[in-house]
Amino acid sequence: MTNSQSLSRHDSLDRGGKAQPLLRVRGLQKHFTIARGGLGRQASRVHAVDGVDFEVYKGETLGIVGESGCGKSTTARLLMHLLAADHGEMIFDGDPIGQRGGISVREMRRQVQMVFQNSYASLNPRMSVEDSIAFGPQVHGVNRRESRQRARRLLDQVGLSPSLFAHRYPHELSGGQRQRVNIARALALEPRLLILDEAVSALDKSVEAQVLNLLTDLKQEYGLTYLFISHDLNVVRYISDRVMVMYLGKVAEMGEVEALYRAPAHPYTRALLSAMPSMNPNQRTEQAPLTGDPPNPIDLPPGCRFCPRCPMVEEACRAEEPALEACGTAHQVACRRADEVMAGAVPVKRLSEESPT
Amino acid sequence: MSLAAAKSDPTAAILAPLVEITDLTVRFRTPTRQVHAVNGVDLSLDRGEVLTILGESGSGKSVTLRTLMRLLPERRSQISGRVSVDGQDVLAMSQRQLTRFRGRTASMIFQEPMLAFDPVYRIGEQIAETVCRHEGVSRRQGMARALELFELVRIPSPQRRLANYPHELSGGMSQRAMIALALSCRPKLLLADEPTTALDATVQIQILLLLRDLQRELGMSVIFVTHDMGVANEISDRIAVMYAGRIVESGKVEEIIGNPQHPYTQGLMASRASGAQRGQRLQAIPGAPPDLAELPRGCAFVPRCPQATDECLAAVPASRALSDTHWAACCRLGM
Repeated sequence: MTNSQSLSRHDSLDRGGKAQPLLRVRGLQKHFTIARGGLGRQASRVHAVDGVDFEVYKGETLGIVGESGCGKSTTARLLMHLLAADHGEMIFDGDPIGQRGGISVREMRRQVQMVFQNSYASLNPRMSVEDSIAFGPQVHGVNRRESRQRARRLLDQVGLSPSLFAHRYPHELSGGQRQRVNIARALALEPRLLILDEAVSALDKSVEAQVLNLLTDLKQEYGLTYLFISHDLNVVRYISDRVMVMYLGKVAEMGEVEALYRAPAHPYTRALLSAMPSMNPNQRTEQAPLTGDPPNPIDLPPGCRFCPRCPMVEEACRAEEPALEACGTAHQVACRRADEVMAGAVPVKRLSEESPT
Repeated sequence: MSLAAAKSDPTAAILAPLVEITDLTVRFRTPTRQVHAVNGVDLSLDRGEVLTILGESGSGKSVTLRTLMRLLPERRSQISGRVSVDGQDVLAMSQRQLTRFRGRTASMIFQEPMLAFDPVYRIGEQIAETVCRHEGVSRRQGMARALELFELVRIPSPQRRLANYPHELSGGMSQRAMIALALSCRPKLLLADEPTTALDATVQIQILLLLRDLQRELGMSVIFVTHDMGVANEISDRIAVMYAGRIVESGKVEEIIGNPQHPYTQGLMASRASGAQRGQRLQAIPGAPPDLAELPRGCAFVPRCPQATDECLAAVPASRALSDTHWAACCRLGM
């Protein structure tokens, strides 16, 4: 496919124009019930995603970061409708998904594709690479011959020679090669939004850089929009335009990547950033910014959910949950004391203050 | 029975290195092929020193570590070379000697703490059992020691945690418990096989700082295996970079991080994604690590090396000293 063709295809699908967000999410919520109530038993639920609002703009890369259990992967699965949301509205380029007058889930899935962390588990071991890539287009009505041609073209584009790789099976490929196949497969339906859920996390460092370069190239060539989920803050900073920091199912902070990394407004973001291992032998980390593990999202504290680990907690924080509010241009934060955090006044929490869990 | 007893004697520091590996090769046989996992590794570790072996998957870093404890499957692996820990020849040990050696002289922590504990026994019992078995003390003394160890690894409310089953502990907590188990017999050498890789960054840094503190408190030597440059920088005194079963560069942390000389180490440093490179292409190392069943002749990095010449194909490059503590194995050094 030539560049002009792909652009014209996107133009024809682009309904709201550049200014309309490609994806708008409002009040997204998913709770998993782990023990039902009744008969004197306490119901307990995992608040995996607990009211999340965000937009993904056309042509940008939105990074999502947070610790395990913060709801980043659940958010991705909800967007793909791999899980049914309890509440929430998802609008894809002006069209509500799965509602009357909107676009169907099937059509949305053609335009939104996903790449997962485990490159091996996400490929069918009994299908050759070529068949795997051609499968999606065939389901969506492209004939066999054309879908195979498309598969070979994509293989070439992700840097795997079709003559060498088209007939191989997943077990015959290395991790980096398999992830390239997954990316090719995601692109086979010519999506507009690609969700990358820890897509480079399992790769060796030297291969990770290759795949990041590939993603950058493909984004330019196809005019893609990325939702890039990762726990690696270095990689997120490199690839993203905007970053969303999640904590226990909520958005803690969201903003332009450089502004957010330079002056984080949420104590949690600040802690995450200073937990990155130092690359300077003369400036090793002397004190861990947070103590304890990420709490489980079952029994949430009242008020701000970061309270138990927050070095700046005060009484008012426990009373009311802070809303996500603007704290700069295109920078939002959910913290009452964001101004102080941005000014850099954050004490380090001592180990002895740790509350036993 | 205080932990201070485990501190190494100051005079021991001037004695021979704690670990000496000479020309270690490890091969694994399968019915169809032979995998050359480790191909001539020389390594020494001083008492009280922290060495990191840095490498990608398949570089032989974990195999080298496991050889130090003789944890490789005896039948399928072929080990040659010399491995000596604290003056004992590890490869010549009988099963009985090995049992004494493991836990007391050398001990190991793994990436997956859940797999190190038996899920159906309480954590405290498992640690106490280890202590009783190795030191011949009573069960009561074993439990007391377990409590001491939990305090040592800074587990909050240790008494209560001893009664927990492994599944009741979070990721960071079970990693701490595994460190406690590994330290239960006061080893002189702690082997750490990617103990922080599966953890969140906020927990990882806590475990790294804990290991650093414990190492200083107890005067242990540590060999730490990781693929993460940042982790290596935080924990080690010295770094050895492995590629395709050989050490290609070795030196103090500052020398490896600040002044890498081998093209592979340089490539690893340059390919790190960071904010500074936003909008630029990353200097990725092309290709993939070699198949260990069919290693190329000469330097194994040749197919991916930007500086390779015919000379590199002729023989495995010898190591060249760059300073008293820094060396690299590359033909093209200084060219």
